[in-house]
Amino acid sequence: MTPDLDPMILAIFLPLFGAIAAFMLPRAAAVIGLVTLAMTTGAVFWLAQRVLATGAVIVPLGGWGAPLGIDLRADGLSVAMLLLTSAVGFLVSVAALDSLKGADQARQRQYFWPLWLLLLTGMNGVYLSTDIFNLYVMIEVIALAAVGLTVLSGTKAALRAGLEYMYASILGALLFLMGVGFVYMQAGQLDFAGLIAAEPSAAMSAALALMIVGLLLKTALFPLHFWLPAAHANATAPASALLSGLVVKAALYIFLRLTTYMPLPDEILITLIGALGAGAVLWGGVQALRAERLKLLVAWSTVVQIGLIFIAFARAGQVGLAESWKAAALLILAHGVAKAAMFLAAGRIKDEIGHDRIRDLDRAPVRPTLAQFTFALAAISLIGLPPSLGFIGKWSLMEGAMSAGYWHWVVITMIGTLMSVAYFSRVLSAFLRFDRVRAPVGEHQGWALADAAPLTLALTAIGLGLMAAPILRFIEIGYPFGAAL
Amino acid sequence: MMDAPLLPLFILMTSLLAAPILFALPERSARLRTGINLSMAALKVALVGWLSLKVSQGGIYDLRFEMLPGLEFKLQADPLAILFIALSAVLWLITTVYSVGYLEHGPHRARFFGFFSLCVAATVGIAMSGNLFTFLLFYELLTLATYPLVIHRGDAASLRAGRIYLIYTLAGGLVLLLGTLGLWVLAGTTDFVPGGVLADVVAETPLAAKLLFVVLIGALGVKAALFPFHAWLPIAMVAPAPVSALLHAVAVVKAGAFGIMRVVYEVFGIETAQALGVTVPLAVLAGITIIYGSLRAITQDDIKKRLAYSTVSQVSYITLGVALASPIAATGALAHLIHQGLMKITMFMAAGNLAEGLGVKRVSQMDGVGRAMPGTMLAFSLAALGMIGLPPLAGFVSKWYLAQGGLEAGQDWVIALLLGSSLLNAIYFLPMLHRAWFCDAAAQRDGAPGRPRIGWMLAAPPITTAVLVLVAGGFANAPFSPLEWTRFIVAIEYQE
Repeated sequence: MTPDLDPMILAIFLPLFGAIAAFMLPRAAAVIGLVTLAMTTGAVFWLAQRVLATGAVIVPLGGWGAPLGIDLRADGLSVAMLLLTSAVGFLVSVAALDSLKGADQARQRQYFWPLWLLLLTGMNGVYLSTDIFNLYVMIEVIALAAVGLTVLSGTKAALRAGLEYMYASILGALLFLMGVGFVYMQAGQLDFAGLIAAEPSAAMSAALALMIVGLLLKTALFPLHFWLPAAHANATAPASALLSGLVVKAALYIFLRLTTYMPLPDEILITLIGALGAGAVLWGGVQALRAERLKLLVAWSTVVQIGLIFIAFARAGQVGLAESWKAAALLILAHGVAKAAMFLAAGRIKDEIGHDRIRDLDRAPVRPTLAQFTFALAAISLIGLPPSLGFIGKWSLMEGAMSAGYWHWVVITMIGTLMSVAYFSRVLSAFLRFDRVRAPVGEHQGWALADAAPLTLALTAIGLGLMAAPILRFIEIGYPFGAAL
Repeated sequence: MMDAPLLPLFILMTSLLAAPILFALPERSARLRTGINLSMAALKVALVGWLSLKVSQGGIYDLRFEMLPGLEFKLQADPLAILFIALSAVLWLITTVYSVGYLEHGPHRARFFGFFSLCVAATVGIAMSGNLFTFLLFYELLTLATYPLVIHRGDAASLRAGRIYLIYTLAGGLVLLLGTLGLWVLAGTTDFVPGGVLADVVAETPLAAKLLFVVLIGALGVKAALFPFHAWLPIAMVAPAPVSALLHAVAVVKAGAFGIMRVVYEVFGIETAQALGVTVPLAVLAGITIIYGSLRAITQDDIKKRLAYSTVSQVSYITLGVALASPIAATGALAHLIHQGLMKITMFMAAGNLAEGLGVKRVSQMDGVGRAMPGTMLAFSLAALGMIGLPPLAGFVSKWYLAQGGLEAGQDWVIALLLGSSLLNAIYFLPMLHRAWFCDAAAQRDGAPGRPRIGWMLAAPPITTAVLVLVAGGFANAPFSPLEWTRFIVAIEYQE
């Protein structure tokens, strides 16, 4: 196997070349985008199959290995994230064909594809990187593309939200970079192996703290979530799906990796992170209950879910960390699929009805039945009702917390579940209400093609719950990293 | 005969796969929808018949696959499961016919029948769940599938009722999740095993086991409408008649009662539960519910509400029979699972016919309805007399066994309870029958002259189920009668 045909290299460079091509040939951008997505997905499946067969894979870029050169490494967790990104990304792209087809959306069409492919480059890069400077570069690439996608719709609200998002992103990346600098001064090495080998010291702890704060800002953990709701709610629907479903996961993934190699030094920190998660679940829940717009409600639900993922991380304290990351990973995957489906469905509903004011949804004579159904299915996974992957993630969270005797996490999770039922049923009951409509209600016409992609995503979120055992076995491949060296 | 290990899966799929097809059909394809509905329902009855034959010959069905390490999705077809799926398959078929007639030309039929199918799939899944984890999956599915049915009318009143329904059932579901997790953490398994899996835990940490019992029974008690968690049931009466019929006879309340059976018999085990000292309090709670439901029923003028409170009371007979910890009482409880279903579905379909045909929704409007709709009211009367416990109707058989079981268990108060309950049943049912048959209609209704028009699809189903009420009672000792099958189950649960 020649290195230039390696699936890992393809997964990073295919989208990069695709982005450039889509930028240069705006008329063919959609075709280029879809073909690139399909090929990238193919490369990721190839990689997955290889990881399944032989375990974790390492490829030195340009023939120079770490610590001098750059290594790319794929194990179960990174491939799972790659699969999530490319498969969800492909379906969102299909949905984008329909949702960006309007006559007044020419500019959006022109820029969506290059930005999205650039974003994909950055995300795939994150999942395959083995050193923290590389990670820094990749999160900057992601930030650049993500801010671009946020402001794509061109509305004033989106521009303002995008600006805030950009500030938060730059600040987060700077903090991360400072942490990287500390590590380099201390350990003289930036690759993961160096982190594992490094002597614990105050400086290393400070470095870890800086990097973690930067990442929490980027992944929008309460109270650093301030930029997220407006950014995700005001973006155009496929962009929202990508931002909420996929982008915040990159920083989360780095967090999970880093804390594996540089374990959090004490119990209090872990509890603190869990407590922030609890804050996100409660505060996000309250805000979702009060949100007046459908997309804003969905965005607040992302804040809640991020909080839940951190609770899963902290569910059993320091002793449980070796298992807890798996519960967090399940929730990451579940949220990625379900939230993408929900944002696309919300976009469809907004397009069909003409607005997304929650209190007036039940006045609409037009009922996009299938989009509403999709929204409901996605809500089932996000609430954590069986048999969805969201349920399995929540089950794992609660099981670990209960076994370890950490009942407070169980209680918070249950409160969060009840709140999510409450805010989602605000929307769902409006779908089923008819006595406020003044005009005759349109009849259900059977399936429509525009709903195929979001519906597929929502059904996947439900169905993946049945495959949780193989998923768990898969993400354990090559873990922990140190053992593979 | 051909052997088919996947038979339970097929039975589940007949309704689970029907749902997406029904959702997908455009609203106007009414004939195709009815065709799919009826053929799937008929196919299910046939498959269930085949399965019960195999199981009675000793066939064992056990399908499982791993969902999380050590935690399986498990379907089994034990005799107890058969009892419940036979009830739901038969009543699904009958209710489908009734619904097609009831909703003719109504809006949102695609949605209705889709969720209707899901609801039956969930019930069948609940019946065949081989462990509490699988049970939980279907239990939640049932909540989700019934909610759109309850609020089918889509007006402010139904949404308000639906919200209360959802709050009760989802909160119950969440507590059940907690209980299932607790069982998994404590016992390391959630399997349903005759004799239970908790004997060791009870010996070591009786307090934790007691707490677990309270959590599980409390969670299941919401759907079983056990006092004080019963309030949602009368409120959910805003649902269309066929939905109420299904909810009361097969789906929701029965799922709760059935779950209580599984938990007492196969999670704790009857002996362990007795040793833990939790069965008598449960029996007392059931007794309170029986009396309370009946008392509330007396004062209801709305026919459906009166029937709903009657359900609160009658379903607790099942819990009572389970909690009495006597094989004879268990026989009565299991038989009542079927008998109550047959009687209650008859009454709800009849009530629906009264509302459709005559616009009669209150007891005070029932004067002379017997002459206007003799078939429907004959069915209603049979079911009502059965509820009261008149021999040889089905309700008598259950009460007889429950009373004997009470004596056997040394709980003599059960006799008084059953007599009192029968008396109360008579107090709220007989005036309805009196008005229907012996009072003059002219005084009450501002005459809609001539006979009311309801199609055969509305008229036939309650008569069919009323005949079943007669047969189940009169031929209680025949092979394959509910009672006989029940004895088969009790022998297993009491490990005789």
